[in-house]
Amino acid sequence: MINIELLVIGGGPAGLSAGIAAGKCGVKTIVVDENPLPGGQLFKQIHKFFGSKEHKAGTRGYKIGEQLLNEVDQDGVEVYLNTRVWGIFDNNIVGILKDGKTQKVKAQKIILATGASENAIAFKGSTLPGIMTAGAAQTFINVHRVLPGKKILMIGTGNVGLITSYQLMQAGAEVVGVVEASQNVGGYDVHANKLRRAGIPIYLGHTVIEAKGDIEVDGAIIAPVDEKFKVDKSKSFLIDCDTICFAVGLTPRIELAQMVNAPIIYMSTLGGYLPIHDNRLKITEDIFIAGDISGVEEASTAMEEGSLAGVAVAMELGKLDKNKGVKEIEEIYKRLAKLRSGQFGSKRASAKEEIIKKQMEMKGGFK
Amino acid sequence: MRIKHHPILGEITEKKIVVIYVDGKKIEAIEGEPIAAALLAAGIRIFRKTIKTAEPRGLYCGIGQCNDCIMEVNGVSNVRTCVTLVEDGMVVKTQVGKGKGGDLDDKY
Repeated sequence: MINIELLVIGGGPAGLSAGIAAGKCGVKTIVVDENPLPGGQLFKQIHKFFGSKEHKAGTRGYKIGEQLLNEVDQDGVEVYLNTRVWGIFDNNIVGILKDGKTQKVKAQKIILATGASENAIAFKGSTLPGIMTAGAAQTFINVHRVLPGKKILMIGTGNVGLITSYQLMQAGAEVVGVVEASQNVGGYDVHANKLRRAGIPIYLGHTVIEAKGDIEVDGAIIAPVDEKFKVDKSKSFLIDCDTICFAVGLTPRIELAQMVNAPIIYMSTLGGYLPIHDNRLKITEDIFIAGDISGVEEASTAMEEGSLAGVAVAMELGKLDKNKGVKEIEEIYKRLAKLRSGQFGSKRASAKEEIIKKQMEMKGGFK
Repeated sequence: MRIKHHPILGEITEKKIVVIYVDGKKIEAIEGEPIAAALLAAGIRIFRKTIKTAEPRGLYCGIGQCNDCIMEVNGVSNVRTCVTLVEDGMVVKTQVGKGKGGDLDDKY
C-alpha cells in the first residue's frame, strides 16, 4: 500500500493546479491520470485564452498545459500516468490500476478532478462511423494531426462547437455548416463571426433528424425547429457531409463522488448532477473537488479551483498558516469572480453560490 | 488524411514510420500515435461490429471514455484504439461482438 498525504485524481488543468498549490506548501502529493499524457484537454486547445493577463489571456491552451507540467515537476509532485482509479473505499483507501496491477493508496486527503464528459443527441443513424464528439475531432486534428473526415457538419454553437469548427477549417477540412436548435448562437459572437466571415452557414433553429449512410456517414438530413423545439419535417433538407460532430454540452464526471456518498444536486447551468461542496470545495470530511466535476466551466476557472482546493488541503494538513491560507483563498475568489462575470459567467456565479448555500443548510455538516 | 501543414502548429515534425497490420492489410503508422489515428490516416473508419445486430462503429469520444472504438489488438479483445499507442508490427483486427481474443481480465 502506498501512503501519501494528498492524492489528486485527474491530471488536467484543475488536478495539476491542485498538485502545484499543495506541493508548494510541502504537502506530499501524487497526481494520477488514466491517460499517457497529463494536461487533460489543454493539449488540444490551440486557441488563445480570453480574460485578463493573470488568467493567461492571449496564451494558447497547449502552452498553458506545458507551463503546468513544468511547475508540477518543480514542486516535487509525483505524477502517475496510465493509472486508472477504480474505486474509493472507507478510510480514504483508493484502488488504482497501474502497470497492469491493482494497488491501494491511502491518502490523508483526496481531491477529485475528474472533469466532464461530452453529451450526445440521438437520431436515426447517430451511431454510424463518422459521427463523433467535437472533442474527439479536436483531439485528432490538433494532437494527433489526422483529419477525421473531409466534409464536416457540426451540431451545437456553444464555444466548443464554434472553436472546433474553426480549428477543423484551419486543419484543412471543409466545414459544411453548424446546426443549432435554439434561435441564438450559444457561444461568444467573436467565435461565431469568425465562421461567418469564412462563409460557413450557421443554421439557427435547426436540428439533425437523420444521418445518411449504410456503413459510414455520407450525409445529414436537417430540419427547422420552432421555439418549443418542435421539428417541421416538411421543410427538411439534405446536407452533403462525411462527418458529424456533437458539441452539445458536457456532464460532470461524478462517479467517484457518488461512491463516497457525497450529497448530489442538479444544476442545469453547470452541466447537470454534481456534488454539493462548501466554499473550499470540500464534499466530505477528507475529500475535495475541483474543475468540471464541480460544475462545467472553463480551463481558467478549473485552474483557480484546483489552486483553491490545494490551498485548502495544505491548511487542513497544517502545512500552511491559517491566516496566510485564508488570504490566498480570498485572492482566488476575487479572480474567480472576474471569470464568473458577464452574460454567461454571472449565471454560473449564482449557481455556485446556491450550491455553497445548500451545503451550509445541510444538517450535521460533513460525514 | 494527415495534417502536414498547419497555420498554428506548423509543419509536422520528423516521426518514425512503422508498419501495422489491419485485418491482414499492411498500413503505415507513426510510432507512438494512437492506433485510431493510424486507421483514420489510412481512411479506415469502421473499427468493430456490434454483438447483436452487427452494426458498424468507429471512433467516438477519442479519449478513452466511451469504448466505441475497441478492436482486437495483438490477440487481445476490447482494446481502446484511441488511447492505445502504435508499436511496430502490431496486429489489429475489426472486432465482431466480443471478439475472439479473450478479455483484458485474462491479462490482469
